[in-house]
Amino acid sequence: MSDSAITPRAGANVDFRQVGKPLPRIDAPGKAHGKTRYAGDYVMPNMLHAKVLRSPEASARLTRIDASKARALPGVACVLTHVELPDRMAPTDIPGQTGRKRLDTDQQILVRERVRYHGEPLALVAAESAAIAEKAMDLIAFDLEPLPGVYSVEDALAPGAPVVQGADNIVSTYKVRKGDVQAGFAAADTIIENTYHTQFIEHAFLEPEVGLAWVDENEVINIRMSTQVIEHFRFIAEAVGVPHNKVRILGSLVGGGFGGKEDITVEIYLALLARATGRPVRLCYTREDSFFGHGKRHPFSITHRTGFTRDGKITALQVDMTADAGAYVFLSPYVLLYATVASPGPYRVDNLHVDARAVATNNMYTSAFRGFGAAQACVAHEQQMDEAAKALGIDPLELRRRNFLRTGDPIATGVPIESAVWSDECMTRAWDALGERSEERGPIRIGRGVAAYQQSYGRITWLHDTSEAWVGVEMDGTVVVRSGVTDIGAGQVSALAQIAAELLGVGLTDVTVYNSDSATTPLAGTTTATRALYMTGNAVRLAAEAVRGRLLDRAARAFGVETNAVDMADSVVFVRDRPQTCMSLTDLVATCASEGIHRSELVMFRAPFTDGIDAETGQGRVHPDYAYGAQAVEVAVDTETGEVSVLKCIGAHDVGQAINPDAVEGQIEGGTSQGLGYALSEELIYENGKLVTPSFSEYLIPTAMDMPRVQSIILESRSGVGPFGAKGIGEPSLTPVAPAIANAVADAIGVRIADLPITPEKVVKALASAGRGP
Amino acid sequence: MPKSKFHVVTTVNGDSVEFLCEPQQTLLDVLRDELHLTGSKEGCGSGDCGACSVMLDGRLVCACLVLAVEANGHSVETIEGMAHGDDLHPLQRKFLEHSALQCGVCIPGFLVAAKALLEKHPDPTETEVRYWLAGNLCRCTGYDKIVRAVLDAAVEMRTG
Repeated sequence: MSDSAITPRAGANVDFRQVGKPLPRIDAPGKAHGKTRYAGDYVMPNMLHAKVLRSPEASARLTRIDASKARALPGVACVLTHVELPDRMAPTDIPGQTGRKRLDTDQQILVRERVRYHGEPLALVAAESAAIAEKAMDLIAFDLEPLPGVYSVEDALAPGAPVVQGADNIVSTYKVRKGDVQAGFAAADTIIENTYHTQFIEHAFLEPEVGLAWVDENEVINIRMSTQVIEHFRFIAEAVGVPHNKVRILGSLVGGGFGGKEDITVEIYLALLARATGRPVRLCYTREDSFFGHGKRHPFSITHRTGFTRDGKITALQVDMTADAGAYVFLSPYVLLYATVASPGPYRVDNLHVDARAVATNNMYTSAFRGFGAAQACVAHEQQMDEAAKALGIDPLELRRRNFLRTGDPIATGVPIESAVWSDECMTRAWDALGERSEERGPIRIGRGVAAYQQSYGRITWLHDTSEAWVGVEMDGTVVVRSGVTDIGAGQVSALAQIAAELLGVGLTDVTVYNSDSATTPLAGTTTATRALYMTGNAVRLAAEAVRGRLLDRAARAFGVETNAVDMADSVVFVRDRPQTCMSLTDLVATCASEGIHRSELVMFRAPFTDGIDAETGQGRVHPDYAYGAQAVEVAVDTETGEVSVLKCIGAHDVGQAINPDAVEGQIEGGTSQGLGYALSEELIYENGKLVTPSFSEYLIPTAMDMPRVQSIILESRSGVGPFGAKGIGEPSLTPVAPAIANAVADAIGVRIADLPITPEKVVKALASAGRGP
Repeated sequence: MPKSKFHVVTTVNGDSVEFLCEPQQTLLDVLRDELHLTGSKEGCGSGDCGACSVMLDGRLVCACLVLAVEANGHSVETIEGMAHGDDLHPLQRKFLEHSALQCGVCIPGFLVAAKALLEKHPDPTETEVRYWLAGNLCRCTGYDKIVRAVLDAAVEMRTG
């Protein structure tokens, strides 16, 4: 099947009134006014302030903890240590799964005996002010007896190594056995083998973790939270020992997530303290707390051994990948799976052999981060393509072209890709948009690089993911959407409003969305895995279509025509061929209301459900669908200082259907910025497990000065499984950026730096060792 | 240990304001917790991110690095003083027109900082805008739309 043969999905339509337009997002005015209330902006009368005491050691035994002096400090309401929580555990598996039982990875809430990472919580304090809580922390006496730790995956896998998790520190493994790699390598003219490394990085959302909890008159623990996942309410209830219906999470607009607010952060602490004190409790992390308080991106070490024919066709690929899971499991098994699925990239590889493992260490635990394993996989497969191109003497774009997947081809897990694969078009357009090459002057070398990717959108299909939304029309013709989805800054809520406005023939400002309340809005699942638009967008589409259908049926009867002859726009319902035959939406709604015609609909959208993949071969469906695209960059490398500047940066992505092109551009530009930091400056440094970079003066995210202009090329195949054929762009926007920059640097200086980040120091050393210094 | 609060008289967004504060309280703490002006955000508490940018006597500062007592007798301007009711400052309008915000937590700081820039340099180059705003971190936008919005607002403010 060629790409041109793809049929647009049901509902796809180019004749939109709201969808596809760069409309101002409904959440934007409040933010520009400074009026938007984030979770940290809420206070309550009689509220206490909480703090978390953390371990200064990465691997130790807690032999004593004594909070008596802290409890005696005036203004201290409560101190909790493990002594008060003898039988409480915190679930850390992926939330909201209905397809199977959760993994047996529940962990201690506060250290009982064994400290496994630097910053692991020892005690919780609630006091009349944050300053008193801070003082109280200093009064908690504790003794830590240092234990031998493992601070690298090599140490953790060494015989006799101290065990952090499980029997042997291996917390998860995946493999792929597809085709015959031995035959593939035998058929190869050239075999290329390289190892690539990525580092620990931090989400660095600008709003640190924050929440406010109170127990209400129905004994419900309410928590107003900055989170990507309100459906943690179940795990929180289990952790504190109350029924599921006694915990309510109210989200608010979230000040950035990127995966870092996907796991539970402060919720359980808040629930415990609010119950213990009977008072509202607020816990707002400082930036330093935030560096210590949530999981990081997994560092990976990835070896590719790739066989090619002389003319550049891949004959076999063997991938070996090891991820540092840190001290607790969290989402490592899933990140590892994504990396495994993405390991060959957007290329057709019939003979594939992958071995992947995630290994526990006494480093900070690692979990979800935009790109979720596929980003690390891309760093490897795209640098490998450039190394292969160099070895084969084939243009790097041409080598990719000869191997790109096409619609209908099987991906790594053997399942054919059903939607459009516009890798070539994205890559070619991104590359062409680089325009004229910048000039090299003095010690400045110019280089160009490209990277293509395959990134899933939607969750793992054996989680049996669903999303609910309610859509209704009010008596004045305004529209209400209710859905539990959280908006983490990408415009998730506004996109839902745009979809409802499109289908119900009203303006965007006529739609109000109530979202992110586990008690009152239909549960929509997580805002993770590039799934919010795909899942909840479809739920809103289906609900709005149902309401639209009933309204149009009634109008058609009034007009004496068939339903399909009627349309609605600008709050008017009319006969499409005779627009003068019309009535206002308000009149139609009044008629429906008086006749008892239902003006609202609650819908559950279901992703494809599967039972899992074959454990021995890794074959089977893992995701609903995949997005494809490419990044092209031009860099300038100062061979004297080693500094890399990105001069031009183009992201070209097939998003299926842009619901709001401005929001799509925003994702591409923002993902580019995170990818640039990943490539060049960002690294959390753990020395023997101790974080030595817990601030924005030591952990450097890109500033306006570091960023070039970013050009977005938005392609629309309308072939995705999202609403109107949409795919996803949240994670894909980041995935190809770092390898494109790495390839550009290698192009500029003629030396490959296979360890991210590409710091000036590494550039200077690489040039010196290659004899290419200034 | 005797404990006393300081009485501070200052002007915030043109209004006379009095408050009591402890010596260690920052201007940001007081703006948010005592005066309920929550538009300024604490992104780091160490002057690295600029989310708490305010003007103190016309000078751009990080409110997390200024003690509340230092505001005594001086004039503070925050994001809440930027629009007059529904009448947005040109920068706010341009941020909306250019879709220059996502999660929005850094945006009050960017708006205040950009206003400070345009008051000093009504006709900045793109590079000047990028350097001036390098003290404000944003993790969502990649800065491009913010820079466009500031340049566009500068044109509008110059040409009236």
